[in-house]
Amino acid sequence: MTPTSTPTAVSARGVDKTFSTKQGEVVALSGIDLDVAPGEFISLIGPSGCGKSTLLRIIADLDSPSSGTVEVFGTSAHQARLDQRYGIAFQQAGLLPWRTVTGNIALPLELHGVGPAERAARVDELVALVGLGDFAQKFPDQLSGGMQQRVAIARALAEKPALLLMDEPFGALDEMTREYMQTELLRIAAETGAAVVFVTHSIPEAVYLSDRVVVMSPRPGRIADIVPMRLGRAADRADDLREDGAFFEMITAVREALHGAPVTGPRGVETR
Amino acid sequence: MSRVTTSRAVASRATASRNAPAVERAPSSAERVLAPVILGVVVIVLWQLLAGSGLIEAYLLPSPAAIGEEIAQFAPSMASAAGLTGLNALIGLLAGTIVGIVAALLASAARIVDGMLAPIVAALAVVPIVALAPVLNTAFGADAQTGRQLIAALAAFVPVFINTARGLRQTRPVHRDLMRAYAATPWQAMRTITLRTAAPFTFTGIRLASSLAVISALVAEYFGGPRGGLGGLISTSAASSAYARAWAYVVAAIVLGLAFYLVALAIERAVARRT
Ligand SMILES: Nc1ncnc2c1ncn2[C@@H]1O[C@H](COP(=O)(O)OP(=O)(O)OP(=O)(O)O)[C@@H](O)[C@H]1O
Ligand SMILES: [Mg+2]
Repeated sequence: MTPTSTPTAVSARGVDKTFSTKQGEVVALSGIDLDVAPGEFISLIGPSGCGKSTLLRIIADLDSPSSGTVEVFGTSAHQARLDQRYGIAFQQAGLLPWRTVTGNIALPLELHGVGPAERAARVDELVALVGLGDFAQKFPDQLSGGMQQRVAIARALAEKPALLLMDEPFGALDEMTREYMQTELLRIAAETGAAVVFVTHSIPEAVYLSDRVVVMSPRPGRIADIVPMRLGRAADRADDLREDGAFFEMITAVREALHGAPVTGPRGVETR
Repeated sequence: MSRVTTSRAVASRATASRNAPAVERAPSSAERVLAPVILGVVVIVLWQLLAGSGLIEAYLLPSPAAIGEEIAQFAPSMASAAGLTGLNALIGLLAGTIVGIVAALLASAARIVDGMLAPIVAALAVVPIVALAPVLNTAFGADAQTGRQLIAALAAFVPVFINTARGLRQTRPVHRDLMRAYAATPWQAMRTITLRTAAPFTFTGIRLASSLAVISALVAEYFGGPRGGLGGLISTSAASSAYARAWAYVVAAIVLGLAFYLVALAIERAVARRT
C-alpha cells in the first residue's frame, strides 16, 4: 500500500510511556508498534484511560515516550513538529476566548507568517467548510460546544497538513452534525491526501471513517488488535454505507476485538 | 472539606433560584441610579436639619449648606489642589504599574527573581506605606513632590505586581499545548497566550491600585512638604478651625478618588469582557 519512495506518515516502534505521579508510576502505554501510511485513515479506539490521548500526544511531540521511537514522515516527531507536518485538534476545543471565529482559525497562519490577504482568503474557505459562515465574527462564548469544536477542526486544517491528529473531535457534536462532519472529514482528507490518526469512543464512527481500526486495551495501554475495514477506500464512502450490511459486519468485528481484549471489557466505549 | 461547602453553597443557590418568582425583573438603569440619589438627598436633608437644630456643634459636623458655600467660594482653589494631588497620584500610579508589571514578568520568567521579590512584596503589603512619608519627604527635600509620588508608586506597585503575577500563571494547558504544536517561539507564545490571559488580572490590580495611589498621595501631604494639595489644605483648614472648608476639601478628595476608581474600573471592564 505504501509506495516505497514516500516514508510512512507515522511509524512508532516499541513505544512505552510511564507517568510518575505522587501515587506511584502509571504505565500509560506499553510496547506500541504502529505504522500509518500516507493518506491512510486510522482510528484509535478503546476504553477510557487506555492511553489513546497519550499516544496521540507522543506522535505530536507534546509528550515524549519513556522508551521507543516515533518517526513522522521519516524524521523524528520533534523535527516533524518544528517543520509543522501535522495539524491537531484536541479533546477540548481550546479556542482563544478573546478572538472571534475568524481570529481563532487564522491563528496558525498568523504565527507562521502568512500574509493578510492570503490569510483572509484561506480563513473564508475554512469558515465555509465547517459551516460557520453566519458566525464568523462571533466569540467562542457565543457558540455551542459543537460549533466551538468545528472551529478547532478548521484551525487544525488551516495549513493543509499531510497528517491530521484528532482527539475525539466530534465527541461534543449532536448525532446529525456528527455524521455530516464525518463525511466532510473523509472528503477533506481525500482532497488533501492527509493521513489521519483519529481517537474516538464510538465504534460506528471508527468503522465509517477508517481504513484500519486500532483497538487498544488498558492497564497497561497496548494495541490489542488492528482491524482492517473491508469497505472500499475511505475516501469513496458516503452516508448510504451506514445502512450497508458490510458496515454492520465491520462493527461486529471491531466489537469482538474490543471484547476479546484482556481485562474486564469495553467500558466507556459507545456502541451507537 | 472546602469542596463540601462549595457544593452546599451551589445547592442552596440552586434552591433559592427555584423558589424565586418565575419572572425575575432586573432593575432598570434608571432605578439603579435613582435609588442611591434619593437616599443621598434624604441623608443630606436630615443632616441639614440636625446641624440646624443646634444639637450638634458646628466644629463636630458643619451643615451641608455651610460646606456647600465653601465649595462655591473655594472652587478654583479646590480644582488646582485636586490637580496637584491628582498629578502626584497619577505619576505614582503609572510608575507603580510599570514597575509592578515588569517585576511580575521577571518573577514569572526566573524562579530566583520570584524568590527575591516575594518577601519584599510581602513586606510592602503589610507595612502601611504612608508611614514612610516623613522619611521620604525629608529625603527629597521640603519643596519636592517626589516623596509623595514615590509613596503613591509604592502603594500602587503591590496590587499590580500581585495580580499580574497571578495572571501570568493562569495560562491553560491546552493553550500551551497549542503553542507547542505550532512550534511558536517563546515570544509568540508570550504575546498570543500568556500576556493576553494575564491582562484582565493586571487591570484588576490597576483598579485596586488607583484608589491606593490617591489615598497615599493625599495622606503623604499631612506630613509636611510643599503646600497646595488637597491633603495639605484639609490639614491647614482644620488647624485654623475652618471646619466647613476642611470638609469641602474632603468632598473634593472623595471626588478625586472616585474619578480614578471609575476610570480604572471602566478600563478593567473593557479588557475583561472576553476571557
Ligand atoms: N500527565 C499525566 N500524568 C499522570 N498520568 C497521566 C497523565 N496523562 C495521562 N495519564 C494516565 O495515563 C493513562 C492514559 O491516559 P489517556 O489520557 O491517554 O487515556 P485516554 O485513552 O485518552 O482516555 P479517554 O478516552 O478518557 O480520553 C490514564 O491512566 C491517565 O491517568
Ligand atoms: Mg483521551
